[in-house]
Amino acid sequence: MPQLTFPKRPYRTRGGVHAPHNKNTAHKQSLTMPVPEIVALPMSQHIGAPCVPLVKVGDTVDVGQVIAKSDAFVSAPIHASVSGKVKKIDKITMPAGNKVDAIFIESDGEQRLSPDIKPPVVESLSDLITAVRESGLVGLGGAGFPTAVKLNIPSDKNVDTMIINTAECEPYITSDHREVLENSWDIISGIMTVKEFLDIHRVIIGIEDNKPDAIEALREIADSSADVGDEIRVLPLKASYPQGAEKILIKACTGREVPMGGLPSDAGCLVMNVGSIAFISRYLKTGIPLVSRRLTVDGSAIKEPQNVIVPIGAPIRNVIEFVGGYKEEPKKLIMGGPMMGIALPSDDLYVLKQNNAILAFSEREARLAEPSACIRCGRCLSACPMSLQPVELSNASDRKDIDALKKFNAMNCMECGCCSFTCPAKRHLVQNIRMGKALLNKAKREEISQSKGGKN
Amino acid sequence: MDNKLYVSSSPHFRGSATTRRIMLDVIIALLPASVAACVIFGARSLILIGTCVATCILLEYISRKVMKRDTTIGDLSAVVTGLLLALNLPADINPLIAMFGCVVAIVVVKQMFGGIGMNFVNPALAARIVLLVSFPSAMMRWVSVPGTPETAMIDATTAATPLSPAALESGCYSYIDLLIGRCGGSIGEVCAAALLLGGVYLVIRRVISPIIPCVYLATAALMSFAVGLDPLYQLLSGGLMLGAIFMATDYTTSPLTKWGKVIFAIGCGVLTILLRRYSNMPEGVSFSIILMNILVPHIENLTTPRTLGKVKKAKEAKK
Repeated sequence: MPQLTFPKRPYRTRGGVHAPHNKNTAHKQSLTMPVPEIVALPMSQHIGAPCVPLVKVGDTVDVGQVIAKSDAFVSAPIHASVSGKVKKIDKITMPAGNKVDAIFIESDGEQRLSPDIKPPVVESLSDLITAVRESGLVGLGGAGFPTAVKLNIPSDKNVDTMIINTAECEPYITSDHREVLENSWDIISGIMTVKEFLDIHRVIIGIEDNKPDAIEALREIADSSADVGDEIRVLPLKASYPQGAEKILIKACTGREVPMGGLPSDAGCLVMNVGSIAFISRYLKTGIPLVSRRLTVDGSAIKEPQNVIVPIGAPIRNVIEFVGGYKEEPKKLIMGGPMMGIALPSDDLYVLKQNNAILAFSEREARLAEPSACIRCGRCLSACPMSLQPVELSNASDRKDIDALKKFNAMNCMECGCCSFTCPAKRHLVQNIRMGKALLNKAKREEISQSKGGKN
Repeated sequence: MDNKLYVSSSPHFRGSATTRRIMLDVIIALLPASVAACVIFGARSLILIGTCVATCILLEYISRKVMKRDTTIGDLSAVVTGLLLALNLPADINPLIAMFGCVVAIVVVKQMFGGIGMNFVNPALAARIVLLVSFPSAMMRWVSVPGTPETAMIDATTAATPLSPAALESGCYSYIDLLIGRCGGSIGEVCAAALLLGGVYLVIRRVISPIIPCVYLATAALMSFAVGLDPLYQLLSGGLMLGAIFMATDYTTSPLTKWGKVIFAIGCGVLTILLRRYSNMPEGVSFSIILMNILVPHIENLTTPRTLGKVKKAKEAKK
């Protein structure tokens, strides 16, 4: 295998916008939230097949007990995050608006650990993948893709580089930043484990240069004796949104491009969120599955912005009350960051596994801008990190023009929102492109069903 | 929680740029040239600018009302059109002719095609060309500027532009004359220094990319050299600076893609010098930009950027 080198500086990426950082919580120690009275655990907190409940109403459950799982390949089991009694299994509305079953657990406040919890024995890659699957881990950066599936790299793919995503390019969010400062040794030991089993000899920690203290902390351990072969390096990246998007990060760290419609493994890369890798290391030591996580609570309507470690499934209202509640009337609640997060219909929802932030904004930030006519200034083209033509895609979507959507590579849009952010006419570019992508998907499904019908 | 929340699709934050602010920046960038026009040609420039701007705003308002669409005068684009048109006219033109130009620009070219962002040629330039063809003598009667070199030599009341055969032959203008506007021409085109200042402002404010002006001017210089004209003299005279900085960079009528901008600007540069050298008219900037405006959709089609991860096929199968 040719010797892999580490880049001295990031490779050039295109586009991006300078969104205000607003990392107000970067220097505050994370607080642990007390156990809420009730938690709700939806059956679908990940990309892939929803889980099926294993418990009934009235059952007593312990922390870390598997309460739902699925046999599908792309899925992740769900564990009880509090000890107590299953109160009900009922449909709840998810942030995206769909309804899924959720297990409600009434906490008894004891936080009794399940007797089944023990550190997994990991001697091979398949052991590691099984263990990660059983831990219930999904990508903690926001997308929620089951990590075990990610680690299960098809044998025809030659993955030689692992990238640890510490970019955290979304405004406000600092949960990964705090993870680095508070749990830096977990990160390094997680990296060592994964790289050993996957036989990867180049690990690049990609981190935006607006976190000098975190860069310092990571460099210190990367340079320490733990990294025997000098195979882990920290690469500071320009602080520009969307530096942490998978395809952009791969380009910046390795100069490689993920082919259109392909996966990181097609570019020889495995990208792991920094929180996920630290969790793997903790899980291997303690056997405690994913039952809590760190998230950033911030925004102009929040009294005391803070990083909080919360049980998965905690009511969002309680999380906000824990940091002191609202400073003024909230007009917009976002799960995730302001660029790609989902606006919530109310605070009567629950923390999900992949939920890295809850932001609350007052009227001034929440007010929607009225779109006006496109002046063809071309800012969306310069801002697009994928070098697409957002204005053409948006227009094609308005016309429901499938051919044009294909021609302008609509499916390569990752919906980062740079086009809408930068548009002086405040047009809903990415929003339109999303509809266009849905149109394309629908057209594809129809094509498939038609071709199937034709064979009969 | 009782109050209702805004629920919308991401992104939830928007940048600070607005159409109005961009147009305001263009107006600010045109101020040096406007002030120069008033200094060089006196108060009649101010009256001409005022007439054109006011007429354009009024016409924009009326057209939107008649077409039952929302009012758009707040975006200041009508002000920009009026200002640009005024700067493209000779100082002592009949105000009625100028107002007719405004009708062509705002009503015919802009609003009839759907308003801001929809016109396929630059409104101010289209109006200028219509006036040039309809009122050739009025559009080419350049007012003499007291103290300019050619007033002493050629005529006492009307002047020649630096590109007229007489001026070219006598060589009466120095580069300095052209730079500070001591010459005949449209009120906004004579002072190259003021236009350059505005251009630098637009680039610094990131309102325009420097690609179009730079490539346009560079191509024009190269072409001048190739056809045996003095490159620097060509750059500084006539409407080239005004055209390259303010007209060819018009968002609506120039390509969105980077390489499209390059091709567009090269086309403008080549055509401008060819028209100047070989056509019967002394000037070719307006015609070349309008011609390239019409080609913009095709140029954009040819210069679609390669999206990240797209592998170029050696030969794409033709349907």
